[in-house]
Amino acid sequence: MDWYPLINSLRIAAISCVLVFFSGIFFAYYAAKLPRAVKGVLDVILTLPMVLPPTVCGYFLLLVFGVKRPLGALLLQVGIKFVMTWYGGILAAAVVAFPLMYRTARGAFESFDQTLAYAGQTLGLSNTFIFWRIRMPACRQGILAGTVLSFARALGEYGATSMLIGYTPGRTATISTTVYQLWRTNDEKGAFFWVMVNLAISTVVLLAVNLLEARQKKAVKA
Amino acid sequence: MSLIVDIRKDLGSFQLEAAFEAGNGITSLLGPSGCGKSLTLKCIAGIEKPDRGHIELNGRVLFDSEKRINLRPQERHVGYLFQNYALFPNMTLRKNILCGMTEVYGRDEKERRLQEILAMMRLENQVNHKPHQLSGGQQQRAALARILVSEPLLLLLDEPFSALDAHLRDSLKIGLRDMLQSLGREVLMVTHSREEAYTMSDSIAVMDRGRLLTHKPTKELFADPGSIPAAVMTGCKNIAAAVKTGEHEVEVPEWGVRLKTAAPVREGLAAVGIRAHYFNAGTAHNRFPVAYVEEMEEPFETTLQFRFAGQDPNSAPIWWRIPKDKKPAQFPAELGVAPANILLLYE
Repeated sequence: MDWYPLINSLRIAAISCVLVFFSGIFFAYYAAKLPRAVKGVLDVILTLPMVLPPTVCGYFLLLVFGVKRPLGALLLQVGIKFVMTWYGGILAAAVVAFPLMYRTARGAFESFDQTLAYAGQTLGLSNTFIFWRIRMPACRQGILAGTVLSFARALGEYGATSMLIGYTPGRTATISTTVYQLWRTNDEKGAFFWVMVNLAISTVVLLAVNLLEARQKKAVKA
Repeated sequence: MSLIVDIRKDLGSFQLEAAFEAGNGITSLLGPSGCGKSLTLKCIAGIEKPDRGHIELNGRVLFDSEKRINLRPQERHVGYLFQNYALFPNMTLRKNILCGMTEVYGRDEKERRLQEILAMMRLENQVNHKPHQLSGGQQQRAALARILVSEPLLLLLDEPFSALDAHLRDSLKIGLRDMLQSLGREVLMVTHSREEAYTMSDSIAVMDRGRLLTHKPTKELFADPGSIPAAVMTGCKNIAAAVKTGEHEVEVPEWGVRLKTAAPVREGLAAVGIRAHYFNAGTAHNRFPVAYVEEMEEPFETTLQFRFAGQDPNSAPIWWRIPKDKKPAQFPAELGVAPANILLLYE
């Protein structure tokens, strides 16, 4: 049994989720502070990957990171190649999952009671402390939801991934590309197996989130 | 202790122009909602930035547009009690108060100050409670405790009672006033309630549409508001345009009367005001025939509305307020008002 697609999918989803967590929060936090006109334009750009077909995202990624493109060629010189490598999958998954984190985090930040931050400032608390110890806990629900959605989206990424890194068994194969490949080659049993693996992971993730939320509600009541 | 404020800020619909000095004790900014009084507090705390001006606390410049000085809120040492108290919902009362001790070092010292302030605020039993488990009054004391341990040079109170139920307000008003007086700190409070301003403060500054009009000791302001908005904010019900006709006499065309005044009338008179409580059926001063219009009953007082005999029948009737037990069986034919009780209101 070759477990490579599972390991590859999990590490791609996990790493891209971490990247998206920080970048999504960063952009959500600073976008909220920008002037309205700039914010509107930025918002469209940052949300586009969510509404574009993933293959189109993949196309754009190839346009930028293809080995014959300026940036791709430059990166190749320092030994980084996003095309047809497993870590290229991180890039593809992160780009597609980013808007989910960005938008949920922004929604959470916008509903945050700004007087709490002001109160912290007048008490002499540093802005870093206010961000991590007051703003983030208050926005916990939204941030958590965004993180889980991003992880799930990254795990299920197919379109951009297949465009950028293709399908090479044992090198770039992920669960979703494996399912397609096996089904295409009439290995229905194999495809079904990986479908069940994917279902199991998604179910566990969602159950864990529900459990976590229930615990938090209990903690608030206690 | 001294606070000097002279700031301007464009608010779109009107300009905020606030210039005043506040000394020791409790000063109130009194004005209707949206007049810019909360914004003034926020500018002093450094949460909002004025377009132009100068703010100075005890000789230390907090903001100066010309010298390009704009201290961060963290550097100003100004305590701000928010309308909703702004306790951090994810922290216990203990942690909330410890947040105020950014300049206290050492665990023992922090614990000692914590216990001291808890005792002072009568919150010893709530130390491990989250903010939502505290009552309105406890939340107010908790927020105040958190501010006091940060040892601010100036305390700003933004509508401190607006989040509380009406029946709690009166008892908390007295409690807070006594506590602030015992602390001996300089306090600047914002309120739209004249009762709150009267009970709590040593002096009152009246604001209207972004402008600071009058700043006087509390009793003086109520005795002589000096301008129409200040008269309205201090609860004067009867105000009408007036012209000077003598050293101690004014004519009120709308009411069709000439009134004798105790204070000499200066140039630039805009109007006169008579408080609803000051009419008297027994006095011989400023006595005129009156006609009953209607009455409105309140729990302990009655408001009787009337017009002077020579008054324009389309103009607003005049209010006379009297305790229920003093209400005459029959509406008097004539009413008077003492010359000292005629408020002279200038441009």
